[in-house]
Amino acid sequence: MITFDDVVKVYPGGGTAVDHLSLELPTGRTTVLVGPSGCGKTTSLRMINRMISPTSGRVLIDGQDVAGEDEALLRRRIGYVIQHAGLFPHRTVLDNVATVPMLLGRTRRQARTDALGLLERVGLSADFAKRYPAQLSGGQQQRVGVARALAADPPIMVMDEPFSAVDPIVREGLHREFLRLQQDLGKTIAMVTHDIDEAIKLGDVVAIFRQGGVLAQVGTPRELLEQPADEFVAEFVGRDRGLRSLSFDTAAGLPVRPVSEAPDLLLDDAGRPAGWRTGGGAAGTFTSADSLRLVTDLTITSPAGMAVRVGPDGKAEGVVSHHDIADHLVRRRETK
Amino acid sequence: MITYLSNNGDAVLAALRQHIALALIPVLIGFVLALPIGYLGVRFPWLYHPLVNTCGMLYSIPSLALFVFLPVLLGTKILSPLNIVVALTIYTVALLARTVADGLKSVDPLVVQSATAMGYRRLRRLTDVELPVALPVILAGLRVATVANISLVSVGALIGVGGLGQLFTRGFQLFYVEPILVGIILSVLLAAAADLVIVLLGRLVTPWTRFQGAAS
Repeated sequence: MITFDDVVKVYPGGGTAVDHLSLELPTGRTTVLVGPSGCGKTTSLRMINRMISPTSGRVLIDGQDVAGEDEALLRRRIGYVIQHAGLFPHRTVLDNVATVPMLLGRTRRQARTDALGLLERVGLSADFAKRYPAQLSGGQQQRVGVARALAADPPIMVMDEPFSAVDPIVREGLHREFLRLQQDLGKTIAMVTHDIDEAIKLGDVVAIFRQGGVLAQVGTPRELLEQPADEFVAEFVGRDRGLRSLSFDTAAGLPVRPVSEAPDLLLDDAGRPAGWRTGGGAAGTFTSADSLRLVTDLTITSPAGMAVRVGPDGKAEGVVSHHDIADHLVRRRETK
Repeated sequence: MITYLSNNGDAVLAALRQHIALALIPVLIGFVLALPIGYLGVRFPWLYHPLVNTCGMLYSIPSLALFVFLPVLLGTKILSPLNIVVALTIYTVALLARTVADGLKSVDPLVVQSATAMGYRRLRRLTDVELPVALPVILAGLRVATVANISLVSVGALIGVGGLGQLFTRGFQLFYVEPILVGIILSVLLAAAADLVIVLLGRLVTPWTRFQGAAS
């Protein structure tokens, strides 16, 4: 666990960057610090590996004040990923990844062998090993950056806007990869972003900062969307936060009508939805594991105003309309 | 010219050997001295401008004046090759200290920052990351210093020690063009060869520069 204990950072002549921050980042979880520029999120992040020292207050890792530790040794235990990756231009991809293990005294041979395995982990083939950073695309560089941070298997990862320098499609891919990796590895991650959507997507816990280094609210993405603490948070998470909060509910509790109530639905011989009699392409289908948001979206885009729930075998189990979702949401609110 | 060379081959070869030594020893010593001096100019930013100004001033001292003045300062004999070596070392340091400082300053701050965050200590970060990344800039300075030194050695002939420059003085004294021609050709060839060696060496130690500006 990483703990900020009443941390203040004042720059000489530059005002307050972080204002009495107390925050806990749970072990094995991703905590995202998010806010507008100048809110102190990056300053706070950099206090974890002592790139910046607090003016007052303490930053603790598992109860140990980081100020009492040797800077270099502390940093070797904390993986670090930055925007634009910050790779060493004079080293091959493989040697970039081998950096921290080599600093920790492992042999070059061992470090390189391990690095090769890591490249594969982040979705890069062994062909990339001998290349130099300048030969890679932005997204590939960022993957190498993540592999380099993971190389010494640090329990903690600090990520400073790791995905903001790549285009949206590449970012989408990196997000998926990140979530998959984190599910396997369970690192304690502190990440900074200015993108609230990214924060909600990647964070187990999200801490929203406001200008002047003040923590506005901490909570799970769902808590922030459903119960914003104030105007600022509500505004920051966006006007469509209600719709987006539907991402956190699955369709498991959503009642469906029998397929016979949708006479326009075409089924193939095996009972799988094949489309609508009125046209408009394939029928939108979902399983009970999909989110309510997806189901809502399907009913809106469907020519029949209905989405079809299918079982694991692909057979149609039932249908839902806009009205059914609306009724479900009303019931859900009443039971809360 | 062929006859001149066949009659004076040994003397020309000796002059060439002296020329190489007088030009390159200062490059080596100057380079070693310039590294820490240039680093200080980056480590302590308030030192940078005084450093650049001092270097500029040193480099603007006329070489002949320095050759004549150094024996007084060092207590060496006026004909000692040491005067030339010290003078050219001063020029080399003046050129390279600034180049080293500028080279280190040219390293992307993100690269330095990520090296620090990986857990590099200051000295190892300098030797393993900052200097290698600054190397293309530093090598460019090294080429200038080397070629400049090779041409400056000849001036030493005016005070009696000047490698190939002695061929010029001899030629002028005897109204004899052959030694002058041989001297000019050999010093140009020497400068070109030294430059080429540095370029090839640079390619060998900075293989990554070939891809800079290609992708990404």
